[in-house]
Parts: sequence; structure tokens; C-alpha cells
Amino acid sequence: MSDNGAPPRGHKFLVHKRGDHVGVATSNVETGEKVIGVYMDDDSWIEVEAKAAIPLGHKIAVEELGEKDDVIEYGIRIGFAPEGLKVGDYVHTHNLKSARW
Amino acid sequence: MERQVYGYRREDGRAGVRNHVVIMPVDDISNAAVEAVAHHVQGTLPLPHAYGRLQYGADLDLHFRTMIGVGANPNVAAVVVIGIEDKWTDRIVRGIAATGKPVAGFSIEGKGDFETVRQASWKAKELVQDASERRREPVDLGELVVSIKCGESDTTTGLGSCPTVGVAVDDLVDAGANVYFGETPELTGGEHLVADRCATPEVRERFNELYRGYLAEIEGSGADLLGSQPTEGNIAGGLSTIEEKALGNIEKTGTKPVVGALAAAETASNGARGLYFMDSSSAAAEHITLMAAGGAVLHLFPTGQGNVIGNPIEPVIKITANPNTAATMAEHVDVDVSRLLSREITQRQAGDMLMDNIIRTANGRRTCAEALGHREFSLTRLYRSA
Repeated sequence: MSDNGAPPRGHKFLVHKRGDHVGVATSNVETGEKVIGVYMDDDSWIEVEAKAAIPLGHKIAVEELGEKDDVIEYGIRIGFAPEGLKVGDYVHTHNLKSARW
Repeated sequence: MERQVYGYRREDGRAGVRNHVVIMPVDDISNAAVEAVAHHVQGTLPLPHAYGRLQYGADLDLHFRTMIGVGANPNVAAVVVIGIEDKWTDRIVRGIAATGKPVAGFSIEGKGDFETVRQASWKAKELVQDASERRREPVDLGELVVSIKCGESDTTTGLGSCPTVGVAVDDLVDAGANVYFGETPELTGGEHLVADRCATPEVRERFNELYRGYLAEIEGSGADLLGSQPTEGNIAGGLSTIEEKALGNIEKTGTKPVVGALAAAETASNGARGLYFMDSSSAAAEHITLMAAGGAVLHLFPTGQGNVIGNPIEPVIKITANPNTAATMAEHVDVDVSRLLSREITQRQAGDMLMDNIIRTANGRRTCAEALGHREFSLTRLYRSA
């Protein structure tokens, strides 16, 4: 996904930074839908197949993670994934936990 | 960038953007008299609240600092203070009078509500007529104190509305303004980012002390905070953890150094202009009340799921990047930057839209919250009364 030119029209999610593990849906996403995500820091893009329906504002995994791995957004840890994550997973309170409280 | 706005110059030199005559109760049992005066005298602003009796120590200090700070705020032209007893009433009157602003106090004990309301109404009438003759005059944007806090946040605040406020905060600081941010517990997960931006080791030490103090209180409760912080509304909007919420929150502070760390309701007075942290609750009404007490005259409020907050002293400008909220709660949205999500506008363009609204609001345009009568005034308590 590096240097892959201007993103195609019709992106459905945004990722804050290259290296982040999750993106945020900017439209409702259907199960099985192939969706384009744009990285906000360098305008590169990625295509991911959603494994579940993801409402606007909710997160989709763009990297595979192992059990208890840190989850990164904004280039910073936002918690950990007790069971790990697969690319395209819907990511929320069921599979992402705070490392603070 | 437009630098001049038309504001009200106050006796202590500070500039405001509204011209309120406040009828202020010292305590909960003076609310009825305050409401009666405000009913008699049109154009006054009553501030009923729930506290002010048998408080002590740091909690009482905060009460006085908040009431005096609100009365002294440059958006306030004059104040009538009403309390049950004369001593605590006088303490607030003297605090406000130190700014040179017209203020008068009335206590109820020994006269009753009727006589107090009669005397206070005469004074309020005089003050409101005098205030109505005050004229707006040119004020530099850099003289203003602006506060920021987001609410009913979701992931769109971190993507759009908070970064938009961040652009405006940088512009305001460049113009010489003071900007206050806070929400102490809601920095959790990104508190190191704030500490790293502190301008001096002293500021960093003070920030860390205030942050750790607040966190110790929360962690000492042993409670599970999921549902409280992040809130159910945050979770419905896609935020999963306090860290994720904090990082979105911090986006709105822009990129400038933190030049001071203030206690709750404290006014920046160390001479440095710029971005200040204020120790404060993340609950919207409490937060903005504390900021108003610190002298902020205009508030920027990014929202995701749609908070409806207003404040009686500060006009509250609400900004959303959530297209659903912009459509379903349009009467509450001053600046719609949802086209950031569809990438139809740039962050700079969104910042310019907000700066334009800031100038117009400072010049007197009413915000959505003002038009809708949102005047949430909430005092922060540190502990139970004796």
C-alpha cells in the first residue's frame, strides 16, 4: 500500500496515521463489503474486506494482531486486543480493552 | 486573518464579548430571591445553583473562586449578589469589586425575601439601564480568552471537529489570545503528550501534580468507569477506551506549547499569553462554568454524537464533523465540518470556517445555544458539606 497513488474516489474509512492498526468508518459498511481506506497523514490508501457490519464512526482492523497486543491509533496505544485481531474485524469494546482503567 | 472584533472593554482592562447583568445567589436558598429579581428586571441574567452552604476548606475556596470569577468575567457588565448571610455575601461582592466593576450585595437574614427582593430589584434596574448604554468598541482578537472542551464525543471528533478546533487554537494563540483547555481525567492515555508540550519544567511539574491528583481520586474509587468515561454516548459513537477518547480530545489543543497549568476556576495571571491547562472535570456544564470563572469569554465545543450544551456567561460555539448529527440536530450546530470526512474540504478550510464563526460570535452573533436558551451553570464540588 505504499506510494500507491491518489486514493480512488468513494473511500469508506479513514486511518489517522501510517502504522495504525485501526481505521474509522466514514460511512456505514456492510458485512463482506470491500472498502477503501485513506491514510490521513500521507494520502496513501488500502482496501479491506469487512468481516462484519461497521456503522459510521466505528473501527475496522487494518492489521493482524496477536493475543494481548497493543492496539495503535493516532500512532499511540489506545488499549489492547485480548484475543488479537484479524484484518477487516469490527473493533470495539468487545475486542479492544483499555490498558488504563 | 481578521484580527479586530467589537467587544466590551471592562474597568480592569480586560475585554468581553457579551454584556450581562448577573443576579448571583451565594447559596441554594437564595435562588428564589434571585429569580424574583430577574423576573422584575428585564435584561438581567439569574444564575441559580445548588450549593454554597456549610462547605469548607478547599471545596469552599473553589466555591468562592468560581462565584467571584464568574462575576468578574469580562462578559459581565455588573452584578447583584444575594445570599442568606451578610459575611459570605460580602466576600463575593468584595472579590468582584476588585475588578472595578459595579456590584452590590444583599443578604436575606433579618429582612426576608420581600424586602431583599425590593432592594435588590431597585439596584438591578439601575445596573441594567447603565449596562444597556455600554457600547462595543474595537478589541484585538488576541486580547480574548477562549476556552475549549468537546462533548458527546465519538470518533468523528478525533477525525474532524477536534482538529478543526486545533487549527483555530493555533491561530488564536498566534494572535496573542489565551486559550484554556482541561478535562483532566480525559487526558488519560495521552497525558504524556501534554506534559511534553509544557513550556518549562515548572509548568510540567504543576501539570503532572494536578493530573496525578485527579487520577488518584478516580483510581481510589475502584470503580469500573466503562459507561461513565468513556460515556455510553461515546461508546455508541464508536469510541472504545479512555485512551482513544483522550487522543481525539487532545487533537483540539493544537500544536502550541502549554505555558501554564491552572487550578480549577483560576485566572491566568503569570503574564505569559498562550495555551493554558486548567484542572477540571470532563463534564461539560461543570467544565465551562470553571472556564468562565477563569475569565474565558468564548467557548469552542466540538461534538460528535450531538451535545446541546450552552453556558450563561460564555457563548458556546458547537462544531461537528459527524454528518448524521449535522443532519438530525442541525439547530445545535454552529459549524458543520462533516465534509472533512468525505475529504471535500481540507483541515485548513474547516479551520477558516470556524475562525469566521468565532469573529462573528465575538462581534455579537448569537450561537445556537444562546438562541435556544441553553444556560447550563454547574458548580464543581470537591467533597461533601460539613
